[in-house]
Amino acid sequence: MLLVLIEHDRGVLGEPALEALTFGRSLAAKMNAACHGLMIGADESAAQQAAAQVGAHGATQLYTVQHEVLSDFGPEAWGESLAQVITALQPAAVLACGSERGNEVMAQAAARLDLPFAANCIDINPSDDLAGEGDAAGGGEGAGGSWAVTRIQWGGSLLEDADLVTVAPDAAALFSCGLHTVVSAPLDSLDPSLGPPEIQPVSVQLDAELSRTVVRERVVLESGVTLPTAPVVVGGGRGVGSADGFAALEELAELLGGRVGCSRAVTNNGWRPHSDQVGQTGTRIAPDLYIAAGISGAVQHWVGAMASKHILAVNTDPEANMVTKADWAVIGDLHEVIPAITAEIRRRKG
Amino acid sequence: MRILCCIKRVPAPGAKINVAADGCSVDAAHLGFTTSPHEECAVEEAVQITERGGGEVTVLTLGSVEAGEQLRYAASVGAHHGVLVASDGSSWDPQRTARALTTAIESLEADSGTFDLILFGNESADSGGFQVGVRVACALGRAIVNGVKGIELLERKGEVEGKGQSEGKGEGEARLRARREIEGGFEVYEFGLPAVLGIKEGINLPRYPTMRGRLASKKLQITTLELDCVAGGQKLRRLHRPAETVSETSILGQGDTGVAAAVDVIEGLGLM
Amino acid sequence: MDEFPSSAKCVVIGAGIVGNCLVGHLTKLGWSDLVLVDKGPLPNPGGSTGHASNFIFPVDHNKEMCLLGVQSANQYRDLGLSVDSGGIEVARTQQRMDEFQRRMTSAKAWGVDAQLLSPEEVRELVPFVNTDVILGGFYCPSVSVVDSLETGTVMRRLATDNGCRVLANTEVLDVVTTPGPNPGESTVSAVVTSAGTIETEYVVIACGVWSNRIANMADAYIPLVPAVHQMADVGPIDMLAHTGKEIGYPIVRDMDTYCYERQSSGSMEVGSYAHRPILHHPDEIPSNDEAALSPTEMPFTPDDFDPQMEQAIELMDMLGDAEIKYAINGLLSLTPDAMPCLGEVPDVRNLWSAAAVWVKEGPGMAQAVAEWMTYGYPRVIDVHGSDIARFYPEERSDEHIWARASEHFNKTYGIVHPAEQWESRRNLRVGPYFSRQQELGAFFFQARTWERPHWFESNTDLVQRYGLSERPVEWDNRWWSPICNAEHLNLRENCGLVDLSAFQVYELTGPGAVAYAERLAVNKVDVAVGRSIYTPWLTPDGGFHSDLTMMRMAEDRVRIVTGVFDGGRDKFWIRRHMPSDGSVRFDDLTSDITTLGLWGPNAPAVLAQICDFDLSQDGSPYGSLREVELNCGAAGTVKATLFRISYVGDTGWEMYLNWNDGPALWDTLMRAGGEYGLRPTGGSVYSISGRLEKGYRLMGAELESEYNPLEAGLARPRVKATDFIGKEAYLKARDAGDPEVQMCVLTVEDQHDSQGRKRYMQGGNEPIVTPDGKRIIDSHGRVSRVTTAGPGPSVGKHLLMSYLPAELASPGTQLGVVYMNEIFDARVATTGAVFDPDDSRLKS
Repeated sequence: MLLVLIEHDRGVLGEPALEALTFGRSLAAKMNAACHGLMIGADESAAQQAAAQVGAHGATQLYTVQHEVLSDFGPEAWGESLAQVITALQPAAVLACGSERGNEVMAQAAARLDLPFAANCIDINPSDDLAGEGDAAGGGEGAGGSWAVTRIQWGGSLLEDADLVTVAPDAAALFSCGLHTVVSAPLDSLDPSLGPPEIQPVSVQLDAELSRTVVRERVVLESGVTLPTAPVVVGGGRGVGSADGFAALEELAELLGGRVGCSRAVTNNGWRPHSDQVGQTGTRIAPDLYIAAGISGAVQHWVGAMASKHILAVNTDPEANMVTKADWAVIGDLHEVIPAITAEIRRRKG
Repeated sequence: MRILCCIKRVPAPGAKINVAADGCSVDAAHLGFTTSPHEECAVEEAVQITERGGGEVTVLTLGSVEAGEQLRYAASVGAHHGVLVASDGSSWDPQRTARALTTAIESLEADSGTFDLILFGNESADSGGFQVGVRVACALGRAIVNGVKGIELLERKGEVEGKGQSEGKGEGEARLRARREIEGGFEVYEFGLPAVLGIKEGINLPRYPTMRGRLASKKLQITTLELDCVAGGQKLRRLHRPAETVSETSILGQGDTGVAAAVDVIEGLGLM
Repeated sequence: MDEFPSSAKCVVIGAGIVGNCLVGHLTKLGWSDLVLVDKGPLPNPGGSTGHASNFIFPVDHNKEMCLLGVQSANQYRDLGLSVDSGGIEVARTQQRMDEFQRRMTSAKAWGVDAQLLSPEEVRELVPFVNTDVILGGFYCPSVSVVDSLETGTVMRRLATDNGCRVLANTEVLDVVTTPGPNPGESTVSAVVTSAGTIETEYVVIACGVWSNRIANMADAYIPLVPAVHQMADVGPIDMLAHTGKEIGYPIVRDMDTYCYERQSSGSMEVGSYAHRPILHHPDEIPSNDEAALSPTEMPFTPDDFDPQMEQAIELMDMLGDAEIKYAINGLLSLTPDAMPCLGEVPDVRNLWSAAAVWVKEGPGMAQAVAEWMTYGYPRVIDVHGSDIARFYPEERSDEHIWARASEHFNKTYGIVHPAEQWESRRNLRVGPYFSRQQELGAFFFQARTWERPHWFESNTDLVQRYGLSERPVEWDNRWWSPICNAEHLNLRENCGLVDLSAFQVYELTGPGAVAYAERLAVNKVDVAVGRSIYTPWLTPDGGFHSDLTMMRMAEDRVRIVTGVFDGGRDKFWIRRHMPSDGSVRFDDLTSDITTLGLWGPNAPAVLAQICDFDLSQDGSPYGSLREVELNCGAAGTVKATLFRISYVGDTGWEMYLNWNDGPALWDTLMRAGGEYGLRPTGGSVYSISGRLEKGYRLMGAELESEYNPLEAGLARPRVKATDFIGKEAYLKARDAGDPEVQMCVLTVEDQHDSQGRKRYMQGGNEPIVTPDGKRIIDSHGRVSRVTTAGPGPSVGKHLLMSYLPAELASPGTQLGVVYMNEIFDARVATTGAVFDPDDSRLKS
């Protein structure tokens, strides 16, 4: 059985959950195994709400874990919960999305069970290397084994082919799939014949001490569209030239209901806060359109932007990396082109 | 405050990373080396904490002798002690690395007392395993939160109230608040020391070493620990570059001439 | 995108400061159909220009480097892309203070404003300098900081506005050549790039550190190596930021630590030439994609820089607390002899080099190459020291390039004596007498690849005999010995034996040999068999390309003998102009033929011991060639060509013989000469004192492309009827009447300096000045300066050669020579010879 950790925030499924489910469905097929979902800290109604989506991705069981310590997200409490579920259900493999929380919870569970964990995979295959054990790797309940994975290194600039071997034969292998490396299937494209999964609570014993790392407080600085979810991101690089130079980008982003992003050079110059940084050490974005203005496209930045569905580059250098990787490009000075685009959109909107 | 920062020496590549002939490592023949960016911020944070409230920063790395360069770099920006857990320089899997670091930390703590705070980078720039800090924290039985972009140390209530430390933990315990970014804001964690944090870039803007700092760092005495630990279950087979996605870029025009076409594109995507 | 240019007149590879300026200058000179290619992006494709410190200290002892630096600074200035920041070299040692006196002298020679400063005066200009560690400064107000990237862009635009095509991000994969036109040669035909192939007539390699790799694609060589120059940018520093300028304080060169400090807005760039030489093979330079910064900004190796940091903090304490924001092992180009590589590359026609050029010389050298390509020779100034044809095959090997680059890297800010010898890569080429000379205690000077005895310690006894002594100041005495003068006086009194194996000997053979030789030479080559001519070879503009001897060996054979410093350039020139119809064959006989010089009043008597030939002026007249057999005793008979000629002023012969026969003749002559006072005699007599007393000109010293035979005093009364290269210009110069300047010999009338020490000018471009200390320049801007200086032991004076305006060229004119920043009285002696002006000794 493949167990998919369904990431949610206070019961609400986000993009990472859908990516994990999408990836999990194909992995389960390769394993020739059932795909089951797990929601930690989700109550009955949250599970009910999620059930349709979870089921549409082919999961036949949806496990839930509830405990008073699980009042909100907490890496230790979630990790311990996951560990206990793994021990109880003995899945062959466990998959999460390689989001911040997904990787953290998987690492916690892996640490607690002393199991290997391969983060940010883009391909996972049960391996036939364990001769004589037949379909042990991908097969029946409780089977451990050997796996061949391809995972992300250097933020995606390199890929690593690795073997993952669970030492104990009945131990689970833990994986996460690289964030935004899977295009989550829209609900209406899924098989409507698949019914909702059976919801099944699993009980865990959690030490009260685990509550120490449960979220204490949330501070909302801004409402509305955020960088990771914005349909349009207007990114600026060194070519913007100054903090003030971002005003024109802000204006365009606002007009399109998007957000401003930036390269690492911009953050290092103190022109924008780090939270606006798109890249390996910043935010990974996946908007419908990324307008990259004055960005050369260094790999640090590119790996954070490469999941964008479409890219429009504005650059004076027609040979800049970002231009050659874009779908469209306007060759010119962003200080002229961006305001002109804004004006033209205004004109057309009337 | 005694702070330990665990750092990793990584190559500083350009836009294209080449794989070495062995197929298992980055071809660093003409590359410089640096400290993984998140960890550079961790060192800076640790130094700032001790600059404000006193204490000492120890940096620890697992690697070949050359990794001493990164320990010295940390010393050049304010770290006080350096520890090298000597390896052959090959890539150790996350479990093996975590076991070695745990053993090393236990040994250091047995000699000189507990580290109030142990800082890791959220993930390394190269292998990006996202787990060593968590594994070490679990092995040490300490709280850990990853993705931290803000630390606030809370006063020791016991000391403030003049009760001394005889009561041990409880209200005399030192605590911290850690911030982590979420969409549109941040979430806050609060827990007692000793603790472990996975630090993310953006928590600060690390300083560069001064010339005097660099010169002083040459005097750093590096403590070398020799240990080995059994390998874990993840075994690197080979590294390779992802297939190049060749995209045909459509040049919409030069300067103003491209503007209308660009807006057509935006309109065509239904984004207006 | 425009269509790919499948053909062009000329492809320039490399869009750094040199390539950009080159297409700009070519355009100005009327070229069109140019293509500029670079594998990197614009405006900074990732070569050395992109990380250059971009400052120009104009004063250099070397004429080419100084004047092309000044020329370049002026071009930057004219474009409005430079700032005159001023610059100060500071001294921490007395030797450096002495060197500053020499730099003041060079500044005077080249017309650069400069002054010496006390430590306090340094601090007035640069208030953060610690005066406790310096003894003084050398200040040039015209030191400038330039914008090399923008200059490149402007020059490139000038070209593109006139049709030049630019291909950025386009890598050159091959330079295609076709064999011919003559055997052993090839001709450029195309450049293969990552974007397609360009058929082209000319290719210029201006790709800095990558140049040799590109040249190798055409089986050619540009001997340079990428070498590290470390640089760190430290800041922010309030004091600098408050200037509000890119550069608000003069640049400081901390000469004795081989370091500089140059403000860049709010921070300071500290650069070093002090670290160990760090050389790279071009293949080790990462691509633009692979490099963390740019390809030529390689990873910093901090251990190498630490000593410089300590010294920098010593000089400027505020640097200690500044942050090291950026530090690189920046790559630049070094050659085996510290000079650039300009000109057409030997053996591959129409393949040109504009390499090993730094930002400080870029625009000027680009201009020189553009003129060279256009007019057949540079016009801006003579650049023979940068001519890529100067290198011998031994100088093209990686081993040689690396060894020499390693040796001179730390001399970038060093104090280099004009006669300084290399330590590495010695004994590459030695004469057949080498072991004998070693036994005689020869002190060897290396002339390019060839070892030549400069004096013999075995002649020490002569020093006492002639009452000679060392020079009082160590600098004057360095690379010199009183034995030099002793050998000179002995030659004048008795005779001397000089090893001339370094002569480069070429022959032209075939039905067209004489006709072709005529085309090269100003003077008539078609003389009787057995006669020789001494002749200039001119550039198309009528200046000197060469000055050498040609011998009519047979009806269809002409021998050419030239000096070792010019052999490469002359060989190239001969092959480059040779007809391709097969009527002439070229042979280089240098390795087969050795030459011995035997001169002095006793020379005929010595030679008479071993030969029956009539050695009188009748039997062996001046300038004649005679095939003889010399009796070498037990070693048998040796065949030799006796050439009655003298470059030292006393009668005697150059004897050309088979290399392997050399030792026998040497031994025989040494034995036979014993009773006649024959001594082995070094190059100091041959190339300096002997020739100076006779006023003989030397190519590369007195003779340069900037001067013509009339000015040099080498014009014959009549011009031959046959055509020759430069004839038109030469005739025009003759028609213009008396030359504006004349080559003169001057005597130093009082060699004592202000401290009462006797000083000896070295021939390092010391300016000749009016008695009141004014520079002397002609209407072309050419300055009167010492081209050769040295002792005249037989006339009892220190001698100087210099071009002087005609009105000052008359004997007796009182002038001055500046040496170590002091003026010494000098007097014009003659335009001819100060010793035996009638040549009576030659004809005796």
